[in-house]
Amino acid sequence: MALVEFHGVSYEIAGKPILLDVSLEIEAGETLVLLGRSGSGKTTALKMINGMLFPTRGQVLVDGRATTDWDPIQLRRRIGYVIQEVGLFPHFTVGDNVGLIPKLEGWSAADIENRVNLLLEKVGMPPSEFRSRYPRQLSGGQRQRVGVARALAADPPVLLFDEPFGALDPVMRLELQQQFLSLRHDFQKTSIFVTHDVREALLLGTNIALLSGGRLDVSAPPQEFRQAQSEEARAFLACLNN
Amino acid sequence: MRSDLWSEILQLTAEHLLLVLNAMVLAIAIGVPLGIYLSRKQAARPWLLGFANIMQTIPSLALFGFLIPIPFIGGIGKRTVIVALVLYALLPILRNTLVGILGVEAAICDSAVAMGMTDGQLLRQVQIPLAAPTIMAGIRVATVTTIGTATIAAAIGGGGLGVFIFRGIASVDTGQILAGAVPAAVMALAADWGLGWVERKLSRA
Repeated sequence: MALVEFHGVSYEIAGKPILLDVSLEIEAGETLVLLGRSGSGKTTALKMINGMLFPTRGQVLVDGRATTDWDPIQLRRRIGYVIQEVGLFPHFTVGDNVGLIPKLEGWSAADIENRVNLLLEKVGMPPSEFRSRYPRQLSGGQRQRVGVARALAADPPVLLFDEPFGALDPVMRLELQQQFLSLRHDFQKTSIFVTHDVREALLLGTNIALLSGGRLDVSAPPQEFRQAQSEEARAFLACLNN
Repeated sequence: MRSDLWSEILQLTAEHLLLVLNAMVLAIAIGVPLGIYLSRKQAARPWLLGFANIMQTIPSLALFGFLIPIPFIGGIGKRTVIVALVLYALLPILRNTLVGILGVEAAICDSAVAMGMTDGQLLRQVQIPLAAPTIMAGIRVATVTTIGTATIAAAIGGGGLGVFIFRGIASVDTGQILAGAVPAAVMALAADWGLGWVERKLSRA
């Protein structure tokens, strides 16, 4: 059974359609990239998975249960979330930021400490050096690494990424993309990744869903996506040639 | 005669301080929770903010006058003064609490909600700590104005440093006016400095 499923999902705000009849299945361990231009509905689709938004028609299922039937707090604690602005708490140290969800979940102090140290190590931020720093004392790339560590903290089966590397310089972006691949190898998480960068989509995705004007235009693994013939897919693929 | 004046200054300063303290404790106890409530209930905002705004626009002497005939909270004396001072202090505290909470970066609140924080956790662990310097600034402004406004208390028998000022005006005695105005100004400066220090401490955290 798929871990996350979209069944004929539509979403509109004040009569204006944002998503139209989108159906998708995301298997465990897969990385689905939602690719599309600004305003194509990809972030909206993402926010439906952790119950930040609900479909006006259709259903989103997580673990076989409709998001409307989940307790939103329970649902969100099972889903890590990484966004471009990172959203680290400025008044918390790096360690407290990463350990936040385990703490809310009532883990013991020793377990939290071990988990935080392990994850900071994994994202290339030695805990002895960074644990007690504040977010403002970090670079953009470092902050994003902490954001990834925080999302992984309570070992959620699903991770959501909303253009997480969009604001970084190209060198840093490549570094973090490589790290994403190595973390995927180590943790075997199911990820849904929003981007407008076709290179990023081809590099990170095991499956690519192209959204255009709120509709699902193409859904295919990267190799097949390269051959896609739709107008929107060709427009994106043309970006590869310059 | 001189020692009489000094002891009266001391006594009225203490009285003034007590009026201000009473009013501020009440205004904070009402204003901060109300501001937090308004951050959750958008529909109530125009009503409550409008009320607090109107209170501030009423000239203070007139407000004292309006309150005198009202049963329970009105009448002549300290209680009426404290009620009026609370009504004045409410707006800056209420508004700064609301603005401080709403001013917390959307990305921070979004990720808090997305991580599965309850509304109470979001409020206590994220929004209030981050809004604390702004809330404190509101309390500071309210305190400084309250110290000044409280001098009018003497007009309705509330005591405080205004006693000197009204007496000085009535007898055209600059010395008496200064005996009221200087301690009030010193008190206001001290409050501004002290609460400003707390505010800076909070914003560094």
